[in-house]
Amino acid sequence: MTNVVEIRDLSKHFSISKDKSLKERIVNFGRGKAFREEFWALRDVSLDIASGTTVGLVGPNGSGKSTLLKMIGGILQPDTGTVDIRGRLAALLELGAGFHPDLTGRENVFLNAAILGLSRAETEKHFDAIVDFSGIERFIDTQVKFYSSGMYVRLAFAVAVHVDPDILLVDEVLAVGDLPFQQKCMDRIRQLQHDGRTIVFVSHSLDQVAELCDRAVVLEAGTVIADDVPADSLKVLREEFDQRRAADLEKQLAAAAAARARLGGAEGADWPRIESVELLGPDGAPVRQVGPQADVTIAVTIDAPRPTDRLSLTGGIANALGVTAYATNTEIQQASLPTISGRTRIDFTLADLRLVEGNYSLFAALDAHDGAQLDQRRDQTPFVVTGDHKQGGFTWARAQVSVAQA
Amino acid sequence: MPNPHTAQRAALLAAEPMRPAGPRKGVRGGVVSALRDLAAHRELLGMLVRREIKARYKDSALGMVWSLGRPLAMLGIYYVVLGQFLGAARGIDDFAIFVYTGLTAWGLFSDAVSAGTGSIIANGGLVKKVYVPREMFPLASVGSALFNFGIQMVVLIVATAALGHFPTGARWLYFPLALVVILVYATALALFLSAANVYLRDISYLIEIAIMLFFWVSPIVYHWTFMATNLPAGWSAGMRSAVMDIYLANPITLAILGFQRAFWVAGDTHEQIADLAGRLGIVFAVGVALLWLAQRYFTRKQADFAQEL
Repeated sequence: MTNVVEIRDLSKHFSISKDKSLKERIVNFGRGKAFREEFWALRDVSLDIASGTTVGLVGPNGSGKSTLLKMIGGILQPDTGTVDIRGRLAALLELGAGFHPDLTGRENVFLNAAILGLSRAETEKHFDAIVDFSGIERFIDTQVKFYSSGMYVRLAFAVAVHVDPDILLVDEVLAVGDLPFQQKCMDRIRQLQHDGRTIVFVSHSLDQVAELCDRAVVLEAGTVIADDVPADSLKVLREEFDQRRAADLEKQLAAAAAARARLGGAEGADWPRIESVELLGPDGAPVRQVGPQADVTIAVTIDAPRPTDRLSLTGGIANALGVTAYATNTEIQQASLPTISGRTRIDFTLADLRLVEGNYSLFAALDAHDGAQLDQRRDQTPFVVTGDHKQGGFTWARAQVSVAQA
Repeated sequence: MPNPHTAQRAALLAAEPMRPAGPRKGVRGGVVSALRDLAAHRELLGMLVRREIKARYKDSALGMVWSLGRPLAMLGIYYVVLGQFLGAARGIDDFAIFVYTGLTAWGLFSDAVSAGTGSIIANGGLVKKVYVPREMFPLASVGSALFNFGIQMVVLIVATAALGHFPTGARWLYFPLALVVILVYATALALFLSAANVYLRDISYLIEIAIMLFFWVSPIVYHWTFMATNLPAGWSAGMRSAVMDIYLANPITLAILGFQRAFWVAGDTHEQIADLAGRLGIVFAVGVALLWLAQRYFTRKQADFAQEL
């Protein structure tokens, strides 16, 4: 294993000094501490990244992902610890950071490529490919200030992926452009992976991380809380998010209940909740293992302490990476729920479900009529879909290969 | 599964030594590695200069002709108001050439310093998002000022020819000498001030005033001897020569005198400053030392640019 990035005991703190002008500095002289706010963006982070791997940095807002990426890119300097790299590095932290609105697309391609470390001769070599990739040939000699934001990011992304880096840092920029362009970007990223380049990227799209990365590093308040294959790391993060969400929900609903109580009602914390999510076989008994073609029922039990109407329930199946493999909802099914009171079981019966083999789990979410989420459950009732180890992807099919002269 | 490309690239990379991300810290090898960094990015520097020039006059019908507008207007004002109304031209032959020479030299210095001071902040978007040697930005300001200077120089040379006083012979040697003095000081100041300005934004306002002040301190619209002849009559000879020594120690004053020696042919009949070449040589040497200090300061401060902006 050849490491291209080695981070040792890296810490970074920011002190935001609020007095910038001379006057304020003189007025506040000697009281400097009181006018400074300090926080640790990163604390004792150690990380090795091997050549040819794709690493996703994930975590809630403000957890230090972007700071870490900037430290690897050499844009920020460590307070303590070291960041060592080798090979050519290109940072894609903001698309079109180097674009000048008054210059034409062509001029900006050369400028931006130079900023990313490409020589003029190399840029000329790639120029046609860049323009072709961006798909805006017609506007290449127009000043970029007249570009739509989509054209802008297309051109910027096209330049960035044609720079020939050993390490590519990407910050939350893959979700640009329209769908065909996004797919083009993803294809290009896979191509870069295939070339053996190292990609480190920050994303809030966990599905994207699950899809692209070999490894996911979860940051939380400046420290690494998980560093593993995406399936396991993302599980840690999802739990973290669910906890936050649950805490938020608790607060919201408590506030709503308090408001109701003030208005005269004597109700306490009495909103409906999901009690359990079960997977049942055709005979109504719980199952933990099903075949590729299965008839199953997702049974959700709700407990409503007082009668509640117009609820909407979502039930579904997630694969091991947490990606939704199947989902449905009472509203989509046009099965409006009656007024629910007390413990009630709602069944989604799925006939002839064809999932590819693997580990799955159930999830469910309960929404009020105004769209507010009342409760949600994830990673319920883990189960296995068995198969013949002959297929990949999401769904199962009866497959057959035949060859004939065309 | 490991594919052959991955293994190949990993093997190539394994041969490379690890290096710290970002700019190297400390004095050790600082200047050498900074110069190497700059050499590696010289194409980018060229493009940044071109960007500044192109973007400045984009969309204007006359384009670069406008870079002559300001100096020509100033020339007109000084020639008419100072030269004719106030009589400054009476003691100075070819007053127009004299003023324009000074304005051209001063323009290079003041453009480079004032644009350089704001360069890091103006390029904040880039500084925060991409790592390039940050010296690029003040240097690009100097480069763009140099370009404007070139255009004005062409006009100056054409004007000397038109007036029949085209400079010839060894006087041309003063031109490169004075030019490098201005460039060294402008670059040193641009580096120092651009870094300082990130931490204390007041610098850019202070510089505006200082530039205006030093315009009048320098012998641009008046002959340097006016300084000596207009000192208060009561001052002793020692005091006078001390003041004149300080006055003539200003490197930009000396550089402007160098420009005038080169291009203001009619000035040969006026009093000449003694040993101008030697003085320029000394301030150049001092300037190189200051440039080194400014670069050290810049290197030390640039580590935190991204978080201060």
